[in-house]
Amino acid sequence: MAVRITSPAFKANARQALADAPLQTSMRNLEVNFIGRRRAAAERLPEFEALRDAARDIKDHTLAHLDLYLTAFEDKVVQAGGHVHWAATAEDARTIVLDICKRLGARTVTKGKSMISEEIALNEHLEQNGVTPVETDLGEYIIQLRGEMPSHIIAPAVHLTREQVEGDFRRAHTHLPKDRNLDEAATMLAEARGVLRGRFLAADVGITGANFLIAETGTSVIVTNEGNGDLTQTLPKAHIVLASIEKVVPTLEDATTLLRVLARSATGQEQAVYTTFSTGPRRAADPDGPGEYHVVLLDNGRSRMLGTPFQPMLRCIRCGACFNHCPVYQRVGGHAYGWVYGGPMGAVLTPTLIGIHQAGHLPNASTFCGRCEDVCPMRIPLPKMMRHWRERQFEKSQMPLAERYALDAWAYFARRGWLYRPASRLGVAALRLLAFGRGRLRWLPFAGGWTSQRDLPAPAGTTFQAAWKQHVKARRRAAR
Amino acid sequence: MNSQTPARPRVGLFVTCLVDLMRPKIGFAAAKLLEDAGCTVEVPSQTCCGQPAFNAGDRATARDLARQVIEAFEPYDYVVVPSGSCAGMMKTHYVELFDDPEEQARAGRFSARTFELTSFLVDVLKVERINAIYEGTVTYHDGCAGLRELGIKDQPRKLLGHVVGLTLAEMADTEACCGFGGAFSVKYPEISAAIADRKTANIGATGAPMVVAGDLGCLMHIAGRMQREGRPVQARHVAEMLAGMGHEPAIGEPDRS
Ligand code: SF4
Repeated sequence: MAVRITSPAFKANARQALADAPLQTSMRNLEVNFIGRRRAAAERLPEFEALRDAARDIKDHTLAHLDLYLTAFEDKVVQAGGHVHWAATAEDARTIVLDICKRLGARTVTKGKSMISEEIALNEHLEQNGVTPVETDLGEYIIQLRGEMPSHIIAPAVHLTREQVEGDFRRAHTHLPKDRNLDEAATMLAEARGVLRGRFLAADVGITGANFLIAETGTSVIVTNEGNGDLTQTLPKAHIVLASIEKVVPTLEDATTLLRVLARSATGQEQAVYTTFSTGPRRAADPDGPGEYHVVLLDNGRSRMLGTPFQPMLRCIRCGACFNHCPVYQRVGGHAYGWVYGGPMGAVLTPTLIGIHQAGHLPNASTFCGRCEDVCPMRIPLPKMMRHWRERQFEKSQMPLAERYALDAWAYFARRGWLYRPASRLGVAALRLLAFGRGRLRWLPFAGGWTSQRDLPAPAGTTFQAAWKQHVKARRRAAR
Repeated sequence: MNSQTPARPRVGLFVTCLVDLMRPKIGFAAAKLLEDAGCTVEVPSQTCCGQPAFNAGDRATARDLARQVIEAFEPYDYVVVPSGSCAGMMKTHYVELFDDPEEQARAGRFSARTFELTSFLVDVLKVERINAIYEGTVTYHDGCAGLRELGIKDQPRKLLGHVVGLTLAEMADTEACCGFGGAFSVKYPEISAAIADRKTANIGATGAPMVVAGDLGCLMHIAGRMQREGRPVQARHVAEMLAGMGHEPAIGEPDRS
């Protein structure tokens, strides 16, 4: 039922990704494009840093009173004629959505991009129950054709090259002339739009995610660059908003503050092309809009994070900046992380959602370079929280035994300077001999992890501390 | 801060375990720079700052080692470290390790006196002259912890600018991680190497025959990878360059002695 989890195989996944030439080409594009664009967007806005503080404070305040704002949000949705459904688990959320579809006799549902729908494996569930889900975000549409998961939270198909997508389109769109030209991204976009147009019109239900939920007005906000979100939510009989509980913010004003940091951090845009606010179903005087409006509020382990060191993770607005700047994500791509959320935010969030026993590699596979925290608009201390996970693993002895032994042995000496100094002197003298005067070692027993990829510079043969003692003595003699 | 700097500040030099074991020369270079700048340098007995334990999730060991370091360096006006990474640990993370308010305050006082070498020379001692000559071009790699935890960016560049004959050629995305990450380089060697390859390509693209950085960990990783790839680029610690040791064997090169 649920999406297959391959997080325990992170190392094998990563190795595979490193050997995947098209993936490496596309990931390079991500790096080249997103880093510069974000920097330029931030530099264009003098108050960007102050906005980040304000954004963080808004979320911290909301999380401190989460129940209050969620209830206020529910009241407003109901006042506007909509329905709010509380889903404690992924299964609850799937059932709620399917029930609505069944009641309306829905055969096709269109979907605007929603990570929550990936988290609860909604598409599989709908398909198994006779409802056809159609992804309408171009990236999501592509990965749906391929039967894959998104590899990035804002750019789901970023791991693919244009050639790969061209192949997928030729395979899937058999009704189009075989010799058509698909050399440009724009041509492919136009083709996808043509195909999707019919689906939009045929859909009985539209499902979107939400970037924000506004308590003050009962509004959901969705941001897209293709306008597919608008069509998804206005054309069908019913609109279902799938959102997790931490998406709520108190006021419209707060939502706009967050919107100002979101697009700049994500794509380097001032604003996304479409920002759509929807409140309740169609009213009597409205020319269009859905007849029914539902919001499914998913918890799925999030309320358990409140009051723990992981609470700041709930500030995340899914901008993806931490992915774009992460040296590990840049090399291995999102699928290596083995579940819905990858990159630094996934390294923190995934263990809370699927368990550290499955996601144990994720918080460890980080160089702690700190760039993710540096660019996170919500100032989430991502490395610190990855370290929290490592601490829990250490306490529960969930660390690989070899690592544990190595760490314990090192700690034994490091705590005992009187033993450390002679032992380390001996050690470096021996290492120096092993280098046979070549200056470096190409292979070393017990250092396979290092020497499999790089040479090890040979040590000088004595320690600084020993050499310094000699130096001080010689100086004293000379002074006498 | 400067007005309180004693006439001849007494500096406790924390060399880091890597410098102690692998390249003592950096320790001597640091001592020379500090003495040239008018400090008295002493080296109290030391092992490690505790960062490997801290990052492995072993807080108890990290805390014990922090206590050990704080105790050993209590007598000094300043603690100076030729490494952004270890200085970052000592300056920003020691305080987080203690729950007891008294120990926390003690750690806070320690952190306030602790500096990475180039930052100490520039920000505290206001050094304007360096006695070194090096005819050649180098590129500078920004170590992550120094850059992001301590804001070290201009200081090493300023000092390198005082070296007569030295030209600095900046590499693309110099703020990107080199992939070392301490134990990460051993636990995830293939990813670590893949990250390094972007760094070494950027280094290579500058055409500079030498890369300089403030952390021996990054340098051993970068140098080791370049040697494995057969890239003829030398790697040296910034302290070596500033102390006029730019012609001695580079990291991973055989000693001529
Ligand atoms: S953790 Fe921060 S940078 Fe990463 S997606 Fe969330 S808000 Fe964006």
